[in-house]
Amino acid sequence: MNAPQNNLMVEVKNLKMYFPITRGLLRHHVADVKAVDDISFEIKKHETLGLVGESGCGKTTTGRCILRLYNPTSGNIFFAGNDISTIPERKVKPLRSQMGAIFQDPFGSLNPRQTAGSIVGDPLKVHNMAAGSELEDRVTELFHLVGLDPSMRDRVPHEFSGGQRQRIGVARALACSPALVICDEPISALDVSIQAQIINLLEELQGRLGLTYLFIAHDLAVVQHISDRVAVMYLGRIMELTTSEELYENPLHPYTRALLSAIPIPDPIAEKTRMRIVLKGEVPSPVNPPPGCHFHPRCSMAIPECSAARPPLRDIGNGHFVACIRV
Amino acid sequence: MASLLDVENLKTYFKTEYGLVKAADGVSFNVNQGEIIGLVGESGCGKSVSILSLMQLIQSPGEIIDGKIMLDGQDLRKYKSNGPEMRAIRGGKMTMIFQEPMTSLNPVLTICRQITESLELHLNMDRLAARGRAIELLKMVGVPDAATRIDDYPHQFSGGMRQRVMIAMALSCNPMIIFADEPTTAVDVTTQAQLLELMKDLVTRQNTALVIVTHNLGVVARYAQRIYVMYAGRIIESGLSEDIFGHPRHPYTIGLLHSVPRLGERHGTRKLIPIDGMPPDLINMPPTCAFLPRCTYKVERCQKEPWPALRAVGDQHYISCYVDIREK
Repeated sequence: MNAPQNNLMVEVKNLKMYFPITRGLLRHHVADVKAVDDISFEIKKHETLGLVGESGCGKTTTGRCILRLYNPTSGNIFFAGNDISTIPERKVKPLRSQMGAIFQDPFGSLNPRQTAGSIVGDPLKVHNMAAGSELEDRVTELFHLVGLDPSMRDRVPHEFSGGQRQRIGVARALACSPALVICDEPISALDVSIQAQIINLLEELQGRLGLTYLFIAHDLAVVQHISDRVAVMYLGRIMELTTSEELYENPLHPYTRALLSAIPIPDPIAEKTRMRIVLKGEVPSPVNPPPGCHFHPRCSMAIPECSAARPPLRDIGNGHFVACIRV
Repeated sequence: MASLLDVENLKTYFKTEYGLVKAADGVSFNVNQGEIIGLVGESGCGKSVSILSLMQLIQSPGEIIDGKIMLDGQDLRKYKSNGPEMRAIRGGKMTMIFQEPMTSLNPVLTICRQITESLELHLNMDRLAARGRAIELLKMVGVPDAATRIDDYPHQFSGGMRQRVMIAMALSCNPMIIFADEPTTAVDVTTQAQLLELMKDLVTRQNTALVIVTHNLGVVARYAQRIYVMYAGRIIESGLSEDIFGHPRHPYTIGLLHSVPRLGERHGTRKLIPIDGMPPDLINMPPTCAFLPRCTYKVERCQKEPWPALRAVGDQHYISCYVDIREK
């Protein structure tokens, strides 16, 4: 199966990722955590797609499925035109040289006993892309690329600050010159004054190397700043998907509106006049999600039909997708 | 408005094997009755240590070296941290909401026991009356089905609900002032909005002062009347919320506001201006301004003279900087 358009980096079709819950000695399958529940989207070449939502909405799981760190329950993932959702494990490895990943925690995602230089060079060794002096040269180049001094290559992670550690993470992700980089909450563990350094670095690298990003984060202000298009997820499903500007200027889904209004703005005057939609209740469990639209129990616009069937993610024009029957 | 809490020149140092850490180094601020204050700064700037010092909850190797803490006419430095006076004040007149509702509630006690404990201790209620009041408090903070959930254990509550329990505990003895240390950092944005609205409503109704300690500038913009910005153990700017956000005058505050993306900015129109470098190591700090190595506005005087004291640059607006940047 091949995806028709070739300007797409990634195409996700009806992706489902369920994690089974088992009980007892015989590990009876009793239920599923529906982390990702039938979602479809595309990432165009050289664009940044933002994936935003609250904790447990399935955004990280989606990213990991694309990296094939999970084997999806069902659905297809096309990477550069090829379906990678079902290919055998041995074919996954070469694929990963074309995908980079930057993780949230710059403390946990770097081996504390490995030197910075060897962390950055590892992907090249794993994929047999460089060795010897060639490897050393490439590591030096990568250090320069992310704004680190190559003379620090023999230091171990704890000798670096949080921001520098995340730069090591970025360098490692870019080691094999990937086409796609999955950035999973790359800045949320960093100090406020350091976050902007990493955002700017990612933007600059994208321009210079023509990268495609899937940018996963819970902070909508950050996602909107860096992304061309944004997908809003709630409880395993995409609620709305559109361009960054459109999402802010014309949010249509009630959840998007509530999410936007819940984000504090550092401007007291604007804050005082801004309407705030405070959602009732809490996010239901993904083991037993509500029927129909997952958001309807907390939605102020809900009508009885909302609980009857799942609203499809439909295009309402100009590539603005929304999954709500009330708009 | 009468000043409720006056902190002057608070110094809390930690003697570590690597050197002396000046976690709070001459912190002064005041809180009026019923006022909402924001204490803003990055991790390690000394905001939590300052608050814990006021509560006298600093443990060895930390020590309050100097300073004056006046709460409602009482000099708290006179009291021993575990003496009867301080124990009556802590949890009674001053209470605290911690960041991690998971770790700050006792996992082996029911919610009921944890709330009634302070009611019995501070208000001399008997068990039954305290239980009744605890249920009332849980209803007030929006815990559904409070009468039955009160006998649950913390692990049976979600993160947001646990933080509501913390708020109920903080409010239980009608305190004069509540310190909320990163109250919403561990929860999602929509829950954060719920909790902040709830805290604001409750403190306004009871005329309780609230000090919100946070690294998120946005959180305090909506609620705080006045803001204190901390850096490397000191307050470097303070003023009315409108002034701090509208006309910041200290290079660090300006830098912070420029470095966060704002909602609604058109994609790609503004490049963020990060603050170069990183926060200083609090061990063996130089006598000059701690922000100097990262500052883009520095002048020659900054290199030669010690860290400047706070000076007035407007009505209730103070900065600790030799340079006066007038933005806009």
